Amino acid sequence: MKEKVVNGSESCVQSAKTALIRQIYRVQAMDFASAGEISGKIKNILKQLGVNGEMIRRAAIASYEAEMNLVIHSWGGSLIFVVTPEEIQIITQDTGPGIPDIDLAMQEGYSTASDQARELGFGAGMGLPNIQRCSDRVEISSKEGQGTTLKISFFL
Amino acid sequence: MIILKDLIKELDLEILSEGSDLNRTVATGCCCDLLSWVMANGRKDAIWVTVQAHVNVIAVASLLELAGVIITSGLPVEEKTIERARSEGVTLLSSRMDAFQLAGKLYNMGIGKES
Repeated sequence: MKEKVVNGSESCVQSAKTALIRQIYRVQAMDFASAGEISGKIKNILKQLGVNGEMIRRAAIASYEAEMNLVIHSWGGSLIFVVTPEEIQIITQDTGPGIPDIDLAMQEGYSTASDQARELGFGAGMGLPNIQRCSDRVEISSKEGQGTTLKISFFL
Repeated sequence: MIILKDLIKELDLEILSEGSDLNRTVATGCCCDLLSWVMANGRKDAIWVTVQAHVNVIAVASLLELAGVIITSGLPVEEKTIERARSEGVTLLSSRMDAFQLAGKLYNMGIGKES
C-alpha cells in the first residue's frame, strides 16, 4: 500500500463521535449523467450550516473533482462527507486500478482518462492538483489493482 | 457593471434556462471547452463561453457560481442539459455566433478587461 500526504503536515483522524454530519454517497463508474449531484448536495448542506462562502466554494470544487475521479477512473466507490467542529472532510474510497505513481498523478497535465472522458472536456490531468490547491490537507493511499482512498480536509 | 439581462439583450442571446437571477452582475468571462480547466480556473460570476453542451457543464457552472453559460455557434443543446440548468437555477444561453466572435463582443462590452 502506497500512502502519501501531499498537502499539510500531520495526519488527524476524527472519530465518528465528534462528527456533526456524516453522509455516505455511492458513485457509479462512468456515470457522467449524475456527476456533480453529490457535490451539489454537499454544497447545500454547507450553506445550511452557515459555512463561509469561500470555504463552501473550495469544498465544492474539491468534492466535484473527487467525484469525477471516481466516475472517470474507478470501478465504483463511495464519497463520504464529514463535518466536525474543526474541519470538513471529503473522503473517497473506491475499488479500481489504483494509482501506481502518486507523485506522477499529482502532476498537472498527467492523466490516464479514457477518450470518452476527454471528449466531454475532462481528463486534462488537473483534478488532483486542483484538489490540492483548494484544500488544507490531502492524503492518498492506493493499491494497484485494488483501489484508492483519498481524504481531503478543510480546516474550519 | 454589466448585468446578465443587458448582456442577453445586447448580444441577442436565446434563453434556454433563465436561471435564478437575470439581474446578477457579470464580473468576468471565460472562453474554454475544457471542463477541467474551467473547474480549476473559473471565477465566480463569470460568463462561460463554450461549445460543450452536455449536462456536466451545468454542474460546473452551478458549483463555481458562474453568472451563466453561453453555448456558441447555434449548437444543439441536449434537453437534459436544459432541464438540469432549470433545476439548478443556472442561466443557460445560446448564440449563433462562434466563441471567438462572442468573446470579442463580451470584451468590448467591458467584460474581462480588468483581469
